[in-house]
Amino acid sequence: MKNIKYLLLRRVTQFTLLFLYFGANAYGWHILEGTFGSSKLFGFIPLADPYTTIQVLASGFILGADVLIGALLITLFYMIIGGRAFCSWVCPINLVTDLANWLRRKLNLDQKEVNYRFIKRKARYWIMVLGIIVSAVIGVAAFELLSPITIMQRGIIFGFGAGISLIVAIFLFDLFGVKNGWCGHLCPLGAMYSLMGKNSIIKVSHNHENCTNCMKCKVICPENHVLQMVNKKSTLVTDGECTNCGRCIDVCDNNALEFSIKKYIKK
Amino acid sequence: MANSDNKRRKFMATTLQSVGLTALGGLLWSGYSDEVKASPFVLRPPGALPEEDFLKACIKCGLCAEACENRESNKNKDGTKREGTLIIAKGGDHKLIGTPFFIPTQVPCYMCDDIPCVPVCPSGALDMSALLNEKEELDINKARMGLAVVHKESCIAFWGIQCDACYRACPIQGEAITIEHQKNERTGKHAFLLPIVHSDVCTGCGLCEKACVTEKPAIFVLPIEHSTGKAGDHYVKGWDKKDQERVKNAKEIHTKDERSAQEATDYLNIGVDFE
Repeated sequence: MKNIKYLLLRRVTQFTLLFLYFGANAYGWHILEGTFGSSKLFGFIPLADPYTTIQVLASGFILGADVLIGALLITLFYMIIGGRAFCSWVCPINLVTDLANWLRRKLNLDQKEVNYRFIKRKARYWIMVLGIIVSAVIGVAAFELLSPITIMQRGIIFGFGAGISLIVAIFLFDLFGVKNGWCGHLCPLGAMYSLMGKNSIIKVSHNHENCTNCMKCKVICPENHVLQMVNKKSTLVTDGECTNCGRCIDVCDNNALEFSIKKYIKK
Repeated sequence: MANSDNKRRKFMATTLQSVGLTALGGLLWSGYSDEVKASPFVLRPPGALPEEDFLKACIKCGLCAEACENRESNKNKDGTKREGTLIIAKGGDHKLIGTPFFIPTQVPCYMCDDIPCVPVCPSGALDMSALLNEKEELDINKARMGLAVVHKESCIAFWGIQCDACYRACPIQGEAITIEHQKNERTGKHAFLLPIVHSDVCTGCGLCEKACVTEKPAIFVLPIEHSTGKAGDHYVKGWDKKDQERVKNAKEIHTKDERSAQEATDYLNIGVDFE
């Protein structure tokens, strides 16, 4: 049980959220309505995705207060508390890419000769900026036109249609193309949350004393460059690209990794 | 020295590569975006901003469609829910993905008095102020989702067959669609009962299109910009005092060119051979 604790917690969170969104349309619930672009919590607290909001503003439309307040609330939550947790605890595409990753490991597709890296991890930041520029030029929120995240979420709520092909494409890309290709290299939303969540208080901490250098954490981590301190020194994983998924903690047999609340006061 | 030169070259090459690839991506992305946002024949919910602004403003949250589907009035007698009017565009619908629209022949807009779909819009893409009447109350009759058009060749009322299905389905009966009586010369003793749509009243709800009895509806709703014409500013109604106001301060313009030397009647007849 120990080695899937956070994995289970994450799956429960993801499915619960998706089910609440689904229920808002299917059964008229007022717990979580809308989609990640913009939602309402308990029928009155507005929530909105910061990247979507920036794109709409860039396209030249002054958004209603609900969206602006919603985007601010989400920004503050991930900036102060969650870090990049959206990606691993909320995003439905994470289910798809995690499945691809799991299959990759099972099918031995992770060997060096198969694992092409023709895209750099920095690409997502370029895409993020590009999305804002294209939104401004075309006059419509550009990433929203092809965001697999909301396409999948809307698919679950309203029906997929041909949108399912994009989800399958991402699965195939992550499985046979680049390892962690979408979430770790291309997704501009991930880039946004990486930048936002850099200084959040929830971080993974590494205890060098306990580490046996087994490297299980690095194998399972979707952003394994953030674990560069493993077996070198005891410190926090401060890289914003860490998704706080907790898989490294799950797989560590020696308690060398644990979630910690960053101690601001002691500093 | 050679080493730092090498580093600089590498740096410049990778920067150039990144910028180039970004530009390539930008061009492809822009082209794609421009293409997918062109879906002109789409009916939007009440109070929607003009299409161009609507596409910018809509944040694709689906709250309008959820409010439409789950409204109190959308229930069968046994309490089960009916299908809502608003559809959220998905891949394959050939509309801008995630935006709301409706298809009258499937489910038309029933023009609810409380307009549940509009106040829930968080972004302002559905504009409440467009639906307020003189008393500052929400008034669904102010909605302009589209405009119904009659194709008289396929409308059986224009053949002389008695049918007023659209007239009776219209929620603003007798105002948005009226019946015009005309003598049927073919039989000599019957009347045509012709449906006439009035664009100043029609909201574009689509109930007429849904009710139409012909195989493919002879009355159908199109977005207003596709179902209206425009005479242009240079036509001024001489019999309309208000229209006359537009040219009150107009100045007489004399165009002088080579033809002005002669009278109009002269130059128009140049080269004409009168036998």
